[in-house]
Amino acid sequence: MSSIEANSLCKKFGTFTAVDDVSLHVKPGEILALLGPNGAGKTTTIRMLASILKPTHGNAKIAGYDIEHEQEAVRSVVGLLTEQHGLYNRMRAGEYLDFFGSVYGLDSSMIQQRINTLLDEYKLQEFTNLRLGQYSKGMRQKLALVRALLHEPQVLLLDEPTSAMDPESAHHVRGSIVELRSADRAIIVCTHNLFEAEALADRIAIIRRGKIIANDSPLELKRMMVGDPVMELRLACSLDGALEHLPEGIVEIAAGDNWVRYSTSQADVVNPEILYSLAKAGIPVVTLSRVERSLEEVYLQVVSEDDSQEGTIDGR
Amino acid sequence: MAAEASIPTTLFSGAWIVARREIRDQFRDWRILAPILLLTLFFPLLMNFTASQAVDFVGRYGAPIIGERLIPFLLMVVGFFPISISIVIALESFAGERERQTLEPLLATPLSDGQLYLGKTAASLVPPLAAAYLGITVYLIGLLVKVQWVPSLQLLIQILSLTTIQAMVMVSGAIVISSLTTSVRAANLLASFIIIPVAMLIMGESMIMFWGRYHILWWIVLALMLIAIVLTRMGLRLFNREELLARELDVLDLRGSGRRFWSSFLSDARNPVEWYGGLFQKSFKRIRFPILITSAILLIGFFVGYRQAAVFKLPAEIFQMNAFDKDWLMILREFGMLTPNGVVKILWANIRALILATILGVFTFGVVAEILLLVPLAITGYFAGSLTQAGLDASQYLTALVLPHAIIEVPAAILSGAAILQLGMAAISLPKGSSLGEGWTTSLAEWARISIGIVLPLLIAAAILEVFLTPRIAVWVLSGS
Repeated sequence: MSSIEANSLCKKFGTFTAVDDVSLHVKPGEILALLGPNGAGKTTTIRMLASILKPTHGNAKIAGYDIEHEQEAVRSVVGLLTEQHGLYNRMRAGEYLDFFGSVYGLDSSMIQQRINTLLDEYKLQEFTNLRLGQYSKGMRQKLALVRALLHEPQVLLLDEPTSAMDPESAHHVRGSIVELRSADRAIIVCTHNLFEAEALADRIAIIRRGKIIANDSPLELKRMMVGDPVMELRLACSLDGALEHLPEGIVEIAAGDNWVRYSTSQADVVNPEILYSLAKAGIPVVTLSRVERSLEEVYLQVVSEDDSQEGTIDGR
Repeated sequence: MAAEASIPTTLFSGAWIVARREIRDQFRDWRILAPILLLTLFFPLLMNFTASQAVDFVGRYGAPIIGERLIPFLLMVVGFFPISISIVIALESFAGERERQTLEPLLATPLSDGQLYLGKTAASLVPPLAAAYLGITVYLIGLLVKVQWVPSLQLLIQILSLTTIQAMVMVSGAIVISSLTTSVRAANLLASFIIIPVAMLIMGESMIMFWGRYHILWWIVLALMLIAIVLTRMGLRLFNREELLARELDVLDLRGSGRRFWSSFLSDARNPVEWYGGLFQKSFKRIRFPILITSAILLIGFFVGYRQAAVFKLPAEIFQMNAFDKDWLMILREFGMLTPNGVVKILWANIRALILATILGVFTFGVVAEILLLVPLAITGYFAGSLTQAGLDASQYLTALVLPHAIIEVPAAILSGAAILQLGMAAISLPKGSSLGEGWTTSLAEWARISIGIVLPLLIAAAILEVFLTPRIAVWVLSGS
């Protein structure tokens, strides 16, 4: 059973449709990245899943609770990291977390135990004497993450966890998120950062203009969207005369003086054949390797298809 | 995993968690702490000095009553100054938290909208009220020591009640304002809608106290309680997660409002028949309760007027029986009656009255509109009562002079009053999921539908009857009496 089951969620603000027919299913132990540009509807989706906003249409269940009819129960099993850290500047970490622990109905000994464990885990223990207004951006985001984890939520919703952070802080926060993966916790990470989505997620749902336009694993998305793997063959000599040794059925994509790129759906058959043929002809090979395709290519491909077709691609 | 987390069970336990944090936070802010301390400890002593000097001064010139009246007034002022800070705290607590973007993590917790509202309200009320009570205590101790003055128990309860209820009105008003804005700056600008009426109220209270009419203060307490209830209801409607997060910018979307108004006004009708069908089936249904209230108010107005005729009697000779003859019709004609010009004049007077009632009704939750509509009925009742007092048959006169056009004009007034009441109450009876602007625009469209679709045609018909038919019936029925 999925921890997050959203079916045809739709949210309108007046005449503006912020989220349109979004369906998401995230199992325990799974991390889903909701990837999309600013204003795509990621935050509104997250807010609906956290029972902060009510959907105009559609429904969703979080850990078995209905987001519309069991709002308080939903909010008690969700940990939400908001895009803005939302810390009270005049408070200290312990006091701040104690407040949120009380709000979640934890008893005081449990709150203290959780505070100590989490502050140690996120290396914030030594800063407990500082006011939160004195924290660096990375420290604030980590503390906000601690706040979201305080009540050990079954579902974690992280809205742009590294936005506007310096690379080092962002690296630390990403590391923390990876460590949060556990067998019984489902996580959604909202991001517009392709690298982050690929690094963190088991599956990526691309959202644009409020609609999910693609939803699959990063590898499968790449395969689906940018086609067969591309291979690059580099020779120690000129390419002249070598091309005739390439078998039929492969598609030449680009070529230089001493290199050629081709795509094939059967690299495990075609590549040994090429190497054998070249070796037999005495043509020295430097490398034959797979060209890495970035998620950026996938994203741009999906977006351009969405622009031209206004359609939906769902690999699930 | 989440088994450890639960929901704060009662409204008050959850609210208290929120209030406790906010109160603690306030005591870390010297900008809030300094004025509270100053107004609690220094200001009462200053008022003590002022009171003793004033008592000495006026006593020397044989006017001790001025001193006697000044001391209770200063007691009220000592209580009022600290609670004035409650507006600042409430604006900071609601609009400030939203502006600093610290509200969303709180909205993501299991706390209900009611718990958050109550907690924040308590946090805005408790420190200023505690400071006010302390200030009053300091002032009273000072008076006891310096001029040996002790207030009566009734006066003390009145001042404490006034102080408390004024703080509640200011805080509930500030919450409404904060819920309508996204920044403290905008909320501060709008706060003048609270500060100016409260300042006028204090001036009024001071006059009442100088005249020694202390019993009127109870009525003020009662009126303020009603206002606090209305504002609290309005605040609870506006302070919800949906409304707080959906509002991103303080912009006036005239085009969007216009579209919403037009769409509600047309209500998907494709032709006038469908439009009128919707008007009778839907709009009437929506305003059936305001129709009942308005009818009851007009009826009460008539009977109050009728009863007052026995108190404020008119001389019997002013009711000239033989006045309703053809000469009377000639006189009426000179005033435009029995001519199309008369229809225009009466219609315009009625339309003006309804426009005025609508404008005043919008700002007074419909109350002043109902009073304006009640006045003509009260006058009619007074006229009928006076006829009875003069030994005449009031029903005959009402049938001749009022009924021919009132049979249409009164239903028009009831419908119009009901539509205005609905519009005035829009702010405190918003449909769930509607913003104040959406709810108000929809109610305005409903008002326009009823006013243009039914009230205006009825008023035109009533004016025609009043100008052409009523005088003739009056002559026919009354000339022979």
